[in-house]
Amino acid sequence: MGCSASDVAAAVRAAATVVAANRDELVRLDRAIGDGDHGENLNRGFAAVLASLDQSTPDTPAAVLKLVATTLISKVGGAAGPLYGTAFLRASTSLGSAASVGPGEVVAALEAALGGVVARGKASPEDKTMVDALDPAVRAAATASGSVAEVLGAAAAAAERGAEATVPLVARKGRASYLGERSVGHLDPGARSTALLLRSFADSAAGS
Amino acid sequence: MTRVGLVVISHSAGLAAGVVEVARQMAPDVAVVAAGGTADGGVGTDFDAVGAAVEQASGGAGVVLLYDLGSARMVAELAVEALPEPDSAVVVDAPLVEGTVAAAVAAQGGADLAGVAAAARSSAGSPEPAAPASGTAGEPPPESRVRVRLTNEIGLHARPAALTARTLSGLDADVTVHFGDKAADGTSVLALMALGARGGDEVTVSATGPMAEEALRAFQDLAARGFDE
Repeated sequence: MGCSASDVAAAVRAAATVVAANRDELVRLDRAIGDGDHGENLNRGFAAVLASLDQSTPDTPAAVLKLVATTLISKVGGAAGPLYGTAFLRASTSLGSAASVGPGEVVAALEAALGGVVARGKASPEDKTMVDALDPAVRAAATASGSVAEVLGAAAAAAERGAEATVPLVARKGRASYLGERSVGHLDPGARSTALLLRSFADSAAGS
Repeated sequence: MTRVGLVVISHSAGLAAGVVEVARQMAPDVAVVAAGGTADGGVGTDFDAVGAAVEQASGGAGVVLLYDLGSARMVAELAVEALPEPDSAVVVDAPLVEGTVAAAVAAQGGADLAGVAAAARSSAGSPEPAAPASGTAGEPPPESRVRVRLTNEIGLHARPAALTARTLSGLDADVTVHFGDKAADGTSVLALMALGARGGDEVTVSATGPMAEEALRAFQDLAARGFDE
């Protein structure tokens, strides 16, 4: 059984709750090596996503993701807006008009999302960014087998490990790059939020 | 004349407005539009505001977008991608203030989209030092030169530099303004300003090309009028 538009919408709502719950931690991480607004920005963005979902009922999984994308782009005033916005936009495009998505489509969507993030932000692995969580997540998803829940579970676990692995890295992108060596020893907030989102999507897929 | 328009994107509304203010002083007929800060007046970027600014700056000749820091660049690129004609706008990687000033003056002089973008990009880095005396093969082109004393108090700073660049851009001549051991392209606002020539200083202006004599007279004229200060 694949994921329908309402399944994806429910997963997005759950993700918004996770973002809100972790807002303070994301602010703390971003305060250490950024400008301190990642948690606030993402929370505002996803709150706006919830409001958008309350007003309209997108009729395909792609339409749900596109709504997330355009809302984040408009409402998130830091780097996360364009980056997550592009990620969700590319994922949406990859799903086309399908009424339901299975594991293969999820892998393709994750790959498209990563492609969008890299094209937009031009980060490479080990630059200490969200790419350090998303890149291993995509590779894990591509080699995972089984259901949507299993694919997302593999992606989430790899993202969590990838986020942890950003701790010793020297930032080479974004505000943290201005800190240079002083960014070492801190977990990248963008990698953390990516891991949180993927884990939330995985939990939603497992629960449905 | 339809001129290229400019959009100045910053995480700060004040910063964007300030850059626009400076640029418009140098390029009074160019649409230079600010898009700074978030919708609620905070620090950050606003995608919708950038889109609106591009629309406002569009006169039919295209728009150049300049930004302060990284995430502003991404919002600018997203905004351009969302345009009905993405090729009508260019996001330029340049220092925000210097790039906007150089772009504004180029646009005022009627440069096209590529020319304005190039002017902005080349604003990074210091101007070229004076060329060494020619020891290479080939005759140098016939050159006229004249010494001019600057009588206005601020000399070749800001507005006078902009007026000079605008005036000389319209003439078919290659003009170089020399001061001390530095030389500046007469059509480059930033290079002229970097000479640091002030009231009371004497500069030497050299020109080659079909309108070399006119160019020298034009500069002498401006200096005699105190650059209309």
